[in-house]
Amino acid sequence: MTEGRVAITGIGVTAPGAVGTKNFWSLLSDGRTATRRISFFDPSDFRSQCAAEVDFDPEQAGLTPQETRRMDRAAQFAVVTAREAAADSGLPFSDVDPYRIGVTIGSAVGATTGLDWEYRTVSDGGRLKLVDHEYAVPHLYNYFVPSSFTAEVAGALGAQGPSTVVSTGCTSGLDAVGHATELIREGSADVMIAGATDAPISPITVACFDAIKATTPRNQDPEHASRPFDGTRSGFVLGEGAAVFVLEDLESARSRGAHVYAEIAGYASRCNAYHMTGLRSDGREMAEAIRVAIDEARMAPERIDYVNAHGSGTKQNDRHETAAFKRSLGEHAYRVPVSSIKSMVGHSLGAIGSIEVAASALAIEHDVVPPTANLHTSDPECDLDYVPLAAREHPTDAVLSVGSGFGGFQSAMVLTSPERSGA
Amino acid sequence: MSTTEFTVEDLKRILREAAGSGDGVSLDGDILDIDFEVLGYDSLALLETGGRIEREYEISLDESAISEAETPRALVEAVNNDLGLAQADPVS
Amino acid sequence: MNGRNSSVVVTGLGIAAPNGLGNRNYWESVREGVSGIGRISHFDPSQYPSRLAGEVKGFVPEEHLTSRIISQTDRMTQLALVGTDCAFADARTQPSEFDEYEMGVVTASSSGGFEFGENELRNLWSQGGQYVSAYQSFAWFYAVNSGQISIRNGMRGPSGVVVSDQAGGLDAIAQARRQIRKGTRMIVSGGIDASLCPWGWTAQLTSRRLSTSSDPNRAYLPFDAEAAGHVPGEGGALVIMEDLASAHERRAPNVYGEISGYAATIDPGAGVESATSLQKAIEQALRNADADPAEIDLVFADAAAVPELDRAEAEALTKVFGVRGVPVTAPKTTTGRLGSGAASLDVATAFLAMRDGVIPPTPNVRIADEYDIDLVSEKRESRAGVRNCLVIARGIGGFNSAMVLRDSNQSSGR
Repeated sequence: MTEGRVAITGIGVTAPGAVGTKNFWSLLSDGRTATRRISFFDPSDFRSQCAAEVDFDPEQAGLTPQETRRMDRAAQFAVVTAREAAADSGLPFSDVDPYRIGVTIGSAVGATTGLDWEYRTVSDGGRLKLVDHEYAVPHLYNYFVPSSFTAEVAGALGAQGPSTVVSTGCTSGLDAVGHATELIREGSADVMIAGATDAPISPITVACFDAIKATTPRNQDPEHASRPFDGTRSGFVLGEGAAVFVLEDLESARSRGAHVYAEIAGYASRCNAYHMTGLRSDGREMAEAIRVAIDEARMAPERIDYVNAHGSGTKQNDRHETAAFKRSLGEHAYRVPVSSIKSMVGHSLGAIGSIEVAASALAIEHDVVPPTANLHTSDPECDLDYVPLAAREHPTDAVLSVGSGFGGFQSAMVLTSPERSGA
Repeated sequence: MSTTEFTVEDLKRILREAAGSGDGVSLDGDILDIDFEVLGYDSLALLETGGRIEREYEISLDESAISEAETPRALVEAVNNDLGLAQADPVS
Repeated sequence: MNGRNSSVVVTGLGIAAPNGLGNRNYWESVREGVSGIGRISHFDPSQYPSRLAGEVKGFVPEEHLTSRIISQTDRMTQLALVGTDCAFADARTQPSEFDEYEMGVVTASSSGGFEFGENELRNLWSQGGQYVSAYQSFAWFYAVNSGQISIRNGMRGPSGVVVSDQAGGLDAIAQARRQIRKGTRMIVSGGIDASLCPWGWTAQLTSRRLSTSSDPNRAYLPFDAEAAGHVPGEGGALVIMEDLASAHERRAPNVYGEISGYAATIDPGAGVESATSLQKAIEQALRNADADPAEIDLVFADAAAVPELDRAEAEALTKVFGVRGVPVTAPKTTTGRLGSGAASLDVATAFLAMRDGVIPPTPNVRIADEYDIDLVSEKRESRAGVRNCLVIARGIGGFNSAMVLRDSNQSSGR
């Protein structure tokens, strides 16, 4: 990494149980869970009936009725969260050449929720095979191609530089930030608005995860249904939300006196070339992504102070990931705290990777490691220090955040404290 | 439907519809005791197959019945158990 | 490490287009201006205001793929898997000749496996949640082609998926170039799309950019006074990209040329069309390629066929290249606009044009007086050769991407 160094100077988070970065961090540091019975529609006919929903009022969040109408919920999250990040960064956007500001928004499933409900309308409840276009909403194209999310964010913040949506399933949130980091390093942009959003809690998504039994059927106890690394875990809890960052070249951030949360020191993504949904238990490809990311950060694995795990709470993932940590970090895997915030905010598919980057940056900021909630029962195959139940004060200068997703993608990112980066 | 016995031929038909064929041993011969893995059907294919069996026969298979059935014989028996035909010979 | 400025070349093409499945069939059609646009046959389009599309004909998935794969994939993924096979064959190599971590996949998507999704939405709403397929969780989503290509070919290197509407095809190739420069030897990139199903059609109609003409020769007429929207299509191209040194090392027989420059911008504000931001993307791409406008021999236009968009594109081209300063063509008028497949198909076409010194035409268009561009309406043979091409791709939402391609004779000393 001989090129420019990239810093996070602004953070916005819209998460279940916590709209806004401050609320998000207090939820995590209190170890509170935001999972509950699905309230957006009647989930009685579905196998899994829990989710981590955001209590989101678009008007209160500053969107005009017109914006609310034309945007899918995921796009609304993206715009509101990007505005929070922009304000938090203190960057005078109007002083920056708009062509030097780009946008990379990640999303796994785009405007699925909008598409789901609109399909119901134009097909008359699934009755019409040749759906009736006369009933289509005028902004349906924005749901059809989710690059509209990035277009909305760019428009809201006046960005005119390189802009795209990154959609690599459940690693989208890490990959979008990784992509943006590369654009700054190579000199294609000075500032990137990067993050991810998803709002998938709708019947089609719940049904498709039911069909492969990936989500938990622990419906009688939704508040404690997301149980990463716990011996009684039975699948993930679907979530929603967004996190967006302002990324800048570290030197220029310093010279304008910006607050630097963390540096993005290393990043890599790998395909497992194995299975669209399954994972090999040996964790080989994730270990490879971790190895390359740590290598790019030019540090020894022992320097990692905290591992922000994917920890989805499926039987298979948590085993796979534990194996990957051991394979890539060696003995250090047994010493370093590892936790999954999905225990509290659920699994928001593409968005969660960015939400976890936010948690990682805030762990560095506060020297506190967020816990894995609901972890009571040990699993012999998950034998690391998962920080059960309560957050832990812990000097945190380097964090490894990882993700794993359908399509067979594994990604890893290393964040380091600005102090370590040397002033 | 629920009085009809579920045979290995029914299973073959549903397997083909649900997950096609071509990645493993042919379904044409005696496959009762050949592992699904050898036949080229992974857990995803079996979940799709299980879902279709449940819909067609209006039953609700125990979740472990699908994940633990390693061979066609085991799955046919599990389905017939659910159909109340536990005694039937799956080979028919 | 291949290095930040090392040459990244294209060594294999896998084309699936409405006017030709396979590289040779396509090139024979497109160089003669033979169109693949016709009335939709995938479904009955009678009730819709637009009824023409570019459908890939003669594609029988069973001839190429096992029923095991077919049952879990959308048509766009089937086309992409076969397109990848073709690209490898054209590159005279196969995945087994590379280390698994040396190979990556970066594709573009625009709407995912939309037809697969439509069928499952119908199952959901007409019959209930338990009728939704176990494959729905990945068969429709945007990352499916990258995932399935990597699995089928055992590629364990970097992965990526970008969505920027029609501009995505270039953005994916640019990202692949980035990954090769960071050290990956070979990447499959580009895009193949297909959403010609009633639900996808309904969604595309709401863009208000679809032609309602019923005459395949008069329906998609960019830069024409009669321009009134475009015709959608399906297909695209996947390409094999390699580091030049590594391609030489394995004696790759077809080094089509180099991805020499790229840049992207976005228009200010949703729906605000701007010639300036497109011009900026073109200029930055030329700078990135270290090329003068005068070195560009041919431009592949985005060719929206919406008057204000055509105007912005013609204006940007005139500003960069001067009045009728460079030949401009839009062979996509023979395929329809292919979503994320469009721009990578233009890249493939540009390399074929460079190989043969032939400029494929934009048939049927009578250029309107207001546009000061040299639109190629008849095939041209270029004695001097086609050495550098510019490909422009614009996406709804204001995405502007520009890519410069250099022919293989120049791709050695850089």
